[in-house]
Amino acid sequence: MNTTIMLFLLQDGITNGAIYALLGLALVLVFAVTRVILIPQGEFVTYGALTYASLAAGQMPGTAKLAFAMGLVAFAFDLYAARKSLHWQRIARAFALNVVFPGLVLAATVWAAGQRPPAGINLVLALLIVAAIGLSLYRVVFQPLAHTSVLVLLIASVGCHLALQGLGLLFFGAEGQRGPTLLNASAVLGPLRFTGQGMAVYGITIAFIVALWLFFGLTLYGKALRATAVNRLGARLVGIRTTLSGQIAFLLAATIGALSGILIVPITTLYYDSGFLIGLKGFVAAIIGGLVSYPLTAVAALLVGIVEAFSSFYASNFKEVIVFTLLIPVLVLRSLAAPAVEEEKD
Amino acid sequence: MSTLLSVEDAHVSYGKVEAVRSVSLEVGDNEIVTIIGANGAGKTTLLSAIMGVLPLKGRVAFAGENLARLEIEDRVALGLSLVPEHRELFASMNVEDNLELGAFRMSKARTAAGFEHVYMLFPRLKERRKQLAGTLSGGEQQMLAMGRALMGAPKLLMLDEPSLGLAPIIVAGIFEIIAKLRQDGVSVLLVEQNAKAALQVADRAYVMELGEFVLNGKASEIATDQRVAASYLGFAESAAAG
Amino acid sequence: MRERWPLIIFAAVMVAVPSIPGMPPFWIVLLDNIGLSALVAMGLVLLTGVGGLTSFGQAAFVGFGAYTTAVLSANYGVSPWLTLPLSLLVAGGAAVLLGLVTVRLSGHYLPLGTLAWGLGLFYLFSKLAFLGRNDGISGIPPLSIGALKMLDPGTIYYAIWIAVLLSALLTMNLLDSRTGRAIRALRRGHVAAEAFGVYAPSAKLLVFIYAAVLAGLSGWLYAHFTRAVNPTPFGAQAGIEYLFVAVVGGAGYVWGGVLGAAIVVILKEVLQSYLPLLLHGEGQLETIVFGILLVALLQLAPTGLWPWLTSWLPLKPAGKKPNTSLTLPARERPTDMPDLLLQIDNARKQFGGVVAVNNVSFDVQAREIVALIGPNGAGKSTTFNLITGVLPATSGNISMLGRPIGKAPPQDVVKLGIARTFQHVKLVPDMTVLENVAIGAHLRGHAGALSSMIRLDRADEAKLLAEAARQIARVGLAEQMDQLAGSLSLGQQRIVEIARALCVDPVLLLLDEPAAGLRHMEKQRLAALLRELRAGGMSVLLVEHDMGFVMDLADRIVVLDFGTKIAEGTPAAIKTNPEVIKAYLGATA
Repeated sequence: MNTTIMLFLLQDGITNGAIYALLGLALVLVFAVTRVILIPQGEFVTYGALTYASLAAGQMPGTAKLAFAMGLVAFAFDLYAARKSLHWQRIARAFALNVVFPGLVLAATVWAAGQRPPAGINLVLALLIVAAIGLSLYRVVFQPLAHTSVLVLLIASVGCHLALQGLGLLFFGAEGQRGPTLLNASAVLGPLRFTGQGMAVYGITIAFIVALWLFFGLTLYGKALRATAVNRLGARLVGIRTTLSGQIAFLLAATIGALSGILIVPITTLYYDSGFLIGLKGFVAAIIGGLVSYPLTAVAALLVGIVEAFSSFYASNFKEVIVFTLLIPVLVLRSLAAPAVEEEKD
Repeated sequence: MSTLLSVEDAHVSYGKVEAVRSVSLEVGDNEIVTIIGANGAGKTTLLSAIMGVLPLKGRVAFAGENLARLEIEDRVALGLSLVPEHRELFASMNVEDNLELGAFRMSKARTAAGFEHVYMLFPRLKERRKQLAGTLSGGEQQMLAMGRALMGAPKLLMLDEPSLGLAPIIVAGIFEIIAKLRQDGVSVLLVEQNAKAALQVADRAYVMELGEFVLNGKASEIATDQRVAASYLGFAESAAAG
Repeated sequence: MRERWPLIIFAAVMVAVPSIPGMPPFWIVLLDNIGLSALVAMGLVLLTGVGGLTSFGQAAFVGFGAYTTAVLSANYGVSPWLTLPLSLLVAGGAAVLLGLVTVRLSGHYLPLGTLAWGLGLFYLFSKLAFLGRNDGISGIPPLSIGALKMLDPGTIYYAIWIAVLLSALLTMNLLDSRTGRAIRALRRGHVAAEAFGVYAPSAKLLVFIYAAVLAGLSGWLYAHFTRAVNPTPFGAQAGIEYLFVAVVGGAGYVWGGVLGAAIVVILKEVLQSYLPLLLHGEGQLETIVFGILLVALLQLAPTGLWPWLTSWLPLKPAGKKPNTSLTLPARERPTDMPDLLLQIDNARKQFGGVVAVNNVSFDVQAREIVALIGPNGAGKSTTFNLITGVLPATSGNISMLGRPIGKAPPQDVVKLGIARTFQHVKLVPDMTVLENVAIGAHLRGHAGALSSMIRLDRADEAKLLAEAARQIARVGLAEQMDQLAGSLSLGQQRIVEIARALCVDPVLLLLDEPAAGLRHMEKQRLAALLRELRAGGMSVLLVEHDMGFVMDLADRIVVLDFGTKIAEGTPAAIKTNPEVIKAYLGATA
C-alpha cells in the first residue's frame, strides 16, 4: 500500500473515530448514571443533523414540535406525580423546564425557519431542540422505570429507538439530506488535504472532551453526576436527586448526539435511519471502554474509526462484520480481567 | 426536651418477610439513642426505612414534618442523615470531593465551615484529603462516611454499626466523636452490635429482637438488666454470672 | 396429570382452530407467525428469564436454521426432513462456539456480546455469496408428507404448532428436573449452586445451546413456510424484537413466550393494517405506536403479562408429594474414615493490601462441633470461603480427609463431603422450599438434561425429592415444604439452608450464623438437631454470635480477631481468656 492511501485512510478513520468518541462518551455517561443503554442515541444524531439541514434549507423541522409535545407530556407526568403533595416551587420549575423552554425553542424555530439565518444560529437551534427532546425522553420513559433492571431499561430504550426513528421518517421523509459546512476554508499539508469541516470535527470534538473533563473534574454538578455513577445510594444520601443526575446525563447525551450529527451531515448524506448504525459504532467504543472509562472509550473510538476506514478499503463488503466482531475478543478480555465477584441481581 | 424524630407503629417488609413489626421510637433534641440487638434483628432495616431507602408502613415524623411521601433527598434536606452499614462512599473520588458532595445542598459559606468542622473532628481526613476514598483503611472510611454526613449539617445523624470491622482503638475514637457531636447540637440514633460501647455513650436504649422492641429505657438501666447482659453483652458477664 | 389439563385443552383448541368454518385464512398466517416467534421466545425464556443470560442474538440462530435448510434443499435438493436435524445441528453447533465465549462474559458484557455477534452475523449473512448476499435464497421446497405438500399456511400450521407444543412440553419437563433446578438457581448468582456441585459454565452453555436449537427449529420452519430467505429477519432489530416478545409475555414463564408472541404479532399486524387508514399518514406509523406501546407496557407491567394473567385464574399449582419411602443411596465415602477431617495449616488470604485471614491454623475432628467466633470482620466468613473453595487461599494448606483442597473449586470440595450454609441466605426465592433443598442433592442424582426432557428421569427425580423432603422434615419445616422460599422469615430461610446442606450427605457441615434471627425455642431445637447430627457421626464447624448458644453446644472454640487466631480451647477456657474478652468487648471495656 502506498503512504498516501494509508494517510488518507488514517485521516478518514480519525474523523469518523472522533465522532464515535463523542457518542461513546455520551453512552458511557448515560449508562453510568442511569443504567440505561441508550440505543436512541442514534436518533439524537439524525435529529440533530436533519434539523440543522432542514433549517438551512429554510424548512420548519418537525422535531421542534415534537420537543414541545414531549415537554407537555413530561409536565403532565410531573403534575401526576406531584398530585398528592403540591410543591408550587417544584411545579413552577417543571413548568419552566418542560413547557416554557421547548415553547421558546419552538417559537424561535418558527421564526428562524422563514429567515434562513446563518449556520451558527441553525446549529444552536438544532442543539436546543434535540436537548429538549432528550430531557423529556428521560422524564417520560426512563424516570418511571428507574427502579427496574438493566434489561427492562434496555428494552424501553429499544422502544424509544423505534418510535423516534418512525417519527424521523415522518418529519424528514425517506430522502437523504446534506447540510452546509460549518467552515469552508481548507488547508493542504503534504499529500493530505484538510477541509474546514474536518478541522471543525477535530476542534469541536477536542473542545467538547476538554469541557466535559472540566465539568466532571471541577464543578459541583459534574462531581454529583460522577457520584451518582459511582454509588447511587451514597449520592441520594447526601441529597443528590437521581432524577437531577438523570436529567443532566440525558441533556448532555442528546446535545452530544445532535452535535455529532451536525458535524457529519456536511460530509455524509444522512437518512432518517442512519443514526442507528452510527450510534452502534459509538457503542462498540463504549463497550471496549467497559462502559465506565472515558479515556479508554475515546481511544477505542478512534480505533474503531480507523479499523472501519481500513476495512472499507480492503474488504468493503465485510466492513461491518469486522467492526462488530472486533468486540468479541475485547469482551472476553474484559470479562477475564474483571474480578470474579458474585453478581446478585433481581 | 422536644421530640425530633418520632416513629409510631412501624412495619417494614423485606421482600415478603416482615423484618420490622410494630416498632415505635422517639429521639429528642440533643439526645443519643441506641438500638441494640443481634445480627438479623432488623436494626439496619429499621434505619433504612426511616431514611426512606425501604418503604415503611406506619407513621414517621421528623422535626414536625410527616415523612410519609418524602423521598430520601427530601429527608436529607430536612436534616436527617444516615451513615449506612456499608458506608456507601464514592470510592473512586478523593476525600475532599466526598466531603464536598456531602454539602451538596449547602451554600458555599456553609460548605467552607463544614470542611473546617469536619477536619477538626477528624484531622486524619485532612492529611488524606487527596487520597481516593476506596483506598482508605476501614477506620478512615468510617470517619469519611461520618464526615460526609456531617457536611450536610444534619439535626439527626443515624449511624449503622459504626464499629463494624474496626480495631478497638479506632472504635474508641469513633465513640468519642459521637459523644462530642451532642455538644454541637446533633442528635444521634446509633445502631450497634457492640452493645457495651453503645450503652456507655447513649442516653436511652431500645433492645430489638426479631423485628420488635422487647425493652427500652435509660441506657444505664438497660446496661444492668439481667436479660440484656446475658444475650448482648457478650460472655464476660455470663461467665461472671456462671 | 392435573397440571397437564390446561396443556391438553390448549392443544385441542389449536387443532380445532383451522377447521372453524369461516376462519379467515389470513388469521391462520398470523397464527403461523405467532408459533414461529413463540419458539424463539421460549428459548429466550429459558435463557434470559430463567437462566439470567440476556441474548440479543437469537435472530442469528434462526438464520442458521433457515439458511442451512435453504442452501441444502433449494440448491442441492436435499429433502427438508433430512435438513431438519442438520438445521438444528448447525444452530446448536454455532451456539457451542459462540456460547463458549459468551457464557464466560460477566455482567452486562454478556448481552452486549450477543448484540455484537448478532450484528456481525447479520452482515455476514448479507455478504456471503453462497447465501445469496442481500437477495438471499428463493425456491425452497415446501415440507411434504407423501403426496401432501404443505404449501398453504393452513397445513404448515400443524407442523409449526406441533413444534411449539412439543417444545413447551420438553421445556417444562426440563425446568422441573435436577438440571432445571440447577439452571434456575444460576440467575441468583453462581456461588450457592456451585457449592452443591453445579458447574455454572456448563449449565449456562446448556441453556444457551437449548435456546439456539429452538431458534434453529423456528428458522427451519420459517424457511419452508415462506420458501425464500433473505438476511433481514435475522438482523439486530429482529433479535431485539424476540427479546421484547419474551419480556412482554413474561420472561420467567414458558407460556409467557407464547403469549408474548401472540400479543406482538397481532399488535404489529393491527397497527400495520389499520393505523394508516386511521391517520391518513404515510411513513412508519406502526413503528412509532409500537415503540410507545412497548414503553407504556414496561411501565405498567415490567414482569410481563403472563403472571398478571395467571393471577386472575384460579390455577394453583398443586404441591408435590414426594414418596418418602424411597431412599437415596448414601454418598460414597472412604471405608476407613480417619479421625482428622479438616486440617487448616497456616491459611492466609489477602485482598490487595488487606489481610483478611492471617496464617490461621486449626482442625476439625470426626464427631466434633467446633465454633469459630470473633468480632464482625474478623475473617470468619472468609475462612469459610477458603475451606469451600469459593476463594483460593493466598498461601497455606487446607486439607480434607488428607486431600489438599486449598486450590480446589467448590464443586470438588463438596464431593469430599463438606456442605455449607451462607451468612447472607442464598436461596432461590421464587422456588419452593422443596426445590431449593433438592439442589443440595444435586450430586447424588444422575439424570441429565435429555432424559429429563423426555421424563426418563422420574425414578431418579423421585429419590432426590424424597431425600429433600426427609431433610426438610428433619429440620422441622415439613409444613412449609411447598411454600416459596422467599416467603419464609429469614430465620426459617437459614434453617432451609441447613436442610439443603444435609442433602449432600456430608461428613462436615459448615454453618455461617445459623441461629441469627431465630427465637429462643427455635435456637434450642437447632442445638438439639446439631447434637443429634454429631451423635450420628457428622462434624459441624459453625460461626455464631450468640454466645449462650455457642458455649452450650461447641466442643471446641477457635477465636479470630483481625484475621488472626488469638485463642483456641474448650468453652470454659475461652470464657475466661483475657485476650478474648478484650477483643470481644473492644477498648471501651
